[in-house]
Amino acid sequence: MSDTHATETLPGATPVHDHSHDAEHVAKHVKGYLVIGGVLIFLTFVTVWLSYVNFDELIGGHGWNFIIAMIVATFKVSLVGAIFMHLKGEKWTIWRFLLFTAFFVAGLFLLTLLNWGDPIFGTRHSTH
Amino acid sequence: MEIPYTASARPDTGLYNAKLGIWLFLASEVMLFGGLFSGYLFLRLGAEDGYWPHGLLNVPVGTGNTAVLILSSVTIVLTWANLKMRNFALAQRYLLATILCGVLFLVVKLAYEYPQKFQHFGAFIKKDAAHEYEAYLGNEHLKERGMPPRYEISGHLEAVEVSLTGDKAALVTLAEEHGLEVVEPPAGEHGHALMVEGKADREKPADQKKGVSPALAEKIAKVPGVKIEAFEVALDPANADPKNPDNDRPHFLYRHATDKVALLHAKDVQWASSFAPKHSSYFAVYFTITGLHGLHVLAGVLVMVYFYFFGIEIYRKNPEHQANRIEVVGLFWHFVDLIWIFVFPIFYLL
Repeated sequence: MSDTHATETLPGATPVHDHSHDAEHVAKHVKGYLVIGGVLIFLTFVTVWLSYVNFDELIGGHGWNFIIAMIVATFKVSLVGAIFMHLKGEKWTIWRFLLFTAFFVAGLFLLTLLNWGDPIFGTRHSTH
Repeated sequence: MEIPYTASARPDTGLYNAKLGIWLFLASEVMLFGGLFSGYLFLRLGAEDGYWPHGLLNVPVGTGNTAVLILSSVTIVLTWANLKMRNFALAQRYLLATILCGVLFLVVKLAYEYPQKFQHFGAFIKKDAAHEYEAYLGNEHLKERGMPPRYEISGHLEAVEVSLTGDKAALVTLAEEHGLEVVEPPAGEHGHALMVEGKADREKPADQKKGVSPALAEKIAKVPGVKIEAFEVALDPANADPKNPDNDRPHFLYRHATDKVALLHAKDVQWASSFAPKHSSYFAVYFTITGLHGLHVLAGVLVMVYFYFFGIEIYRKNPEHQANRIEVVGLFWHFVDLIWIFVFPIFYLL
């Protein structure tokens, strides 16, 4: 396997993929990209439609519309990540970056939510 | 000096360098937006009932813009795919389509959505005066429906009524500079000394009245000797017909202010402004996040424009290198799309 167009002469450089194999592989995915694009646009309309439904009334409790909208959004984002950003089948190095990032972002949100248990003075929570 | 590993993978990482770099950058971007979304959550959870607005954004336009960004995500991945398949001409067309989608998104945001908000007026009524404005707030109805109360009355600011203890000249000058006029109120009406309104607005039908921009109303309030006594507001549908169940969670289809006009006494108004960041926590965080997101769209467009015009040189030398460059900008572009996928429901729909 060699990257026939490569200009690199640096020691240790290895081709990412064989080009002919690569092109064939990519060509197979083109239709998939179009389908995923269609699904994402369809889900956008689903999100709008869902926001008309009062889930709190249907299910009981609070914040259901928010939770359901976030589930749909997370699903859409997963499709973008897995397919368009090629995370499906991506190297473990990248996944490690993302796992660390997810951990720290979760920490950020946790810090915010800790305010419920131990309210900051002067916020609405401290008066309830 | 030649940058190493632009087309081939580095042996120890198994990735070409730019790919590693962009993912590290995106990780930092996740932290940046994560902080802002976390701030949003804090403000939203802390907002008192009735002070986190619903339905102030134009949902069809927001939906359209979401679709445009998703479409651009498809076209950029097709740009990359065509470079991989060595179809440079087709790749260029998809790249151009992506650029146009990005520009369209920005134009809609900056030339249509944002300016519209700076002309729209909202006034939060003091809680102890809310019962006087029940016809516009509909809180009894909302209570019956088990919904949080509403304290804001919004719409198109048609006129402000002022009382004068000083010189009228400064007020007249300010009004004329902005195409407004200072007139005596019609006999028997309201009883305040003067009204500031659009020139000849009284003769015009409701939808053609120029009215007073909320920013100008603030300037009027600062003229020495002038005190705003009341706001005349052509009401948004939710306030014009607050008992209509369709307006319980007012949203979406952008509707122009109605013909119904309400007089809001300044003494009953807790806070009034345009739909600018200072309007509420909601708009403050909306403008911060969408503004930063817009800057990312702009950055992506600029990079793609550069590649569109200058990508051919690299492609001729090494097409794989150009494919990788497009993959990197594509990863950034998908990230921008991904942020918007969260922004759209939390600000437009919920």
